[in-house]
Amino acid sequence: MSDKPLAPAIEGWHTMADKPHLIGSQCTHCDTYFFPPQDQYCRNPGCDSTGFRRVELSRTGRIWSYTNACYQPPAPFVAPDPFEPYAIAGVQLEEEQMVILGQVVKGVSVEDLKVGMPMELVLETLHETEEDIKVTWKWRPLAARANSGRGA
Amino acid sequence: MSNEIAIIGAGMHPWGKWGHNFVQYGVAAAREALADAGVPWRDIRFVSGGATVRCGYPGYVAGATFAQALGWQGAEVNTSYAACASGSQALAAARNKILAGECEVALVVGADTTPKGFLAPAGGYRPEDPDWVRFYLGITNPTYFALYARRRMDLYGDTLEDFAAVKVKNSRVGAKNPRARYRKCFTAEDVAASAMVADPLRLMDICATSDGGAALIVCSLEYARRIGKADAPRVAAISTVTPTFASGVVEMPDIATDSAAAAGVEAISYRSSIPLKAYEEAGIGPEDVSLAEVYDLSTALELDWIEDLKLAPRGEAAALLRRGDTALGGRIPVNVSGGLACFGEAVPAQAIAQVCELTWQLRGEAGDRQVKGARVGITANQGLFGHGSSVIVKN
Repeated sequence: MSDKPLAPAIEGWHTMADKPHLIGSQCTHCDTYFFPPQDQYCRNPGCDSTGFRRVELSRTGRIWSYTNACYQPPAPFVAPDPFEPYAIAGVQLEEEQMVILGQVVKGVSVEDLKVGMPMELVLETLHETEEDIKVTWKWRPLAARANSGRGA
Repeated sequence: MSNEIAIIGAGMHPWGKWGHNFVQYGVAAAREALADAGVPWRDIRFVSGGATVRCGYPGYVAGATFAQALGWQGAEVNTSYAACASGSQALAAARNKILAGECEVALVVGADTTPKGFLAPAGGYRPEDPDWVRFYLGITNPTYFALYARRRMDLYGDTLEDFAAVKVKNSRVGAKNPRARYRKCFTAEDVAASAMVADPLRLMDICATSDGGAALIVCSLEYARRIGKADAPRVAAISTVTPTFASGVVEMPDIATDSAAAAGVEAISYRSSIPLKAYEEAGIGPEDVSLAEVYDLSTALELDWIEDLKLAPRGEAAALLRRGDTALGGRIPVNVSGGLACFGEAVPAQAIAQVCELTWQLRGEAGDRQVKGARVGITANQGLFGHGSSVIVKN
């Protein structure tokens, strides 16, 4: 296990806590949520607000759909050598009424997933650099929480 | 006043992986379309090009690049970029020019030379670009196609066999199309034996990227009459509408949908909004359609499009496929050109190529692929960043 410090792969899009949240923004006028966070212009066609607050989004939701990546994506993806396939899920957040894509944690394959399955957000390594370990949000089946110590 | 224009010429450079400069494909397609129309190059008053962003500056100004290659003759030029809908927007620009009375006859042309494998974004650390973000997180184009395919399986009961049957159906007609890149009749076993790319989609469920070029000569109805082509097929509608907020379907290249928490979910999704506008503009309905050319970026996506075009109720496209309704000779043939399955995608040329196929079909010149009695054809097409299009051609 590397003793390099952990750093978010993309700065400012999620908390680094044990039970992490994605950081979105919310329009102060119409209450619409945005992820990735957006604080310049509201994309609701009925709102021209430029006021936003940062909000932590729900860290659980249900699978909208899922798949996997059997082939190594091109850069800027940084692949381990050898490449290891991973599952991907789009998870619907109930309160925010939006679907957010992310990898599924290591060790969970498409055979373990189903549309509608409850999932939670965790942090896991995306890749390592010379200085640090870049972590990002990934989805994990809620049922897997009890017997898994994974997460960054 | 009629909003229609006539298509008096169509031409294509065969699709393949030729590795040549894109300009030569566009010129070949344009010359074939000009010869088909019987219109001298010097009579073309507007050149409308679909841009390619993979071939440097000449691709960004494709309209002028093609005009120069064909020989400067003083026409006005335009270049449209709208991802996969570039060709439709180039056609729309020509239609606007013609309907405004500023030009009688125009050339619409698109061509591309594409790199091998995944289409990749520009480099650097650019979290403000959703295309960069999704690739950094390991989400490629097939990811999105697979998410849609999986939903069909879990919601409607579509099977891997259904998806393979789309490939088999399209390869049967593509094998008869001299302009197609893949001209082999594949079997369900071939599909099942190909490598898994993004579960449930295998390599043969997903379209490749290709080199190719396509062109149309379009003109006012008055011009068509004057040169004895009053019966030429007509463009009855071009739809390039955006989705509406808040769309609940995650679209390439975004990593999240809009939030419907405040605005409510918009019931009309991105894919179904495009043909709705086309039908309205043409003043016809799905029951009038003789054939459709849809964007089968994946086999499963052909089934989605059939429902978005309202050729089948939601969730029932696979039943249509199983009955043979969407095959050549069926009730509503889909992708009798062979579709992207047999062509591979040449982005700025593809939407134009779809209209070329409809033109030949409506003229009764499609040979072994001819849909008997074809009178109305519709295209559907989709690309990045909310770009898609639907064109209706009728006799």
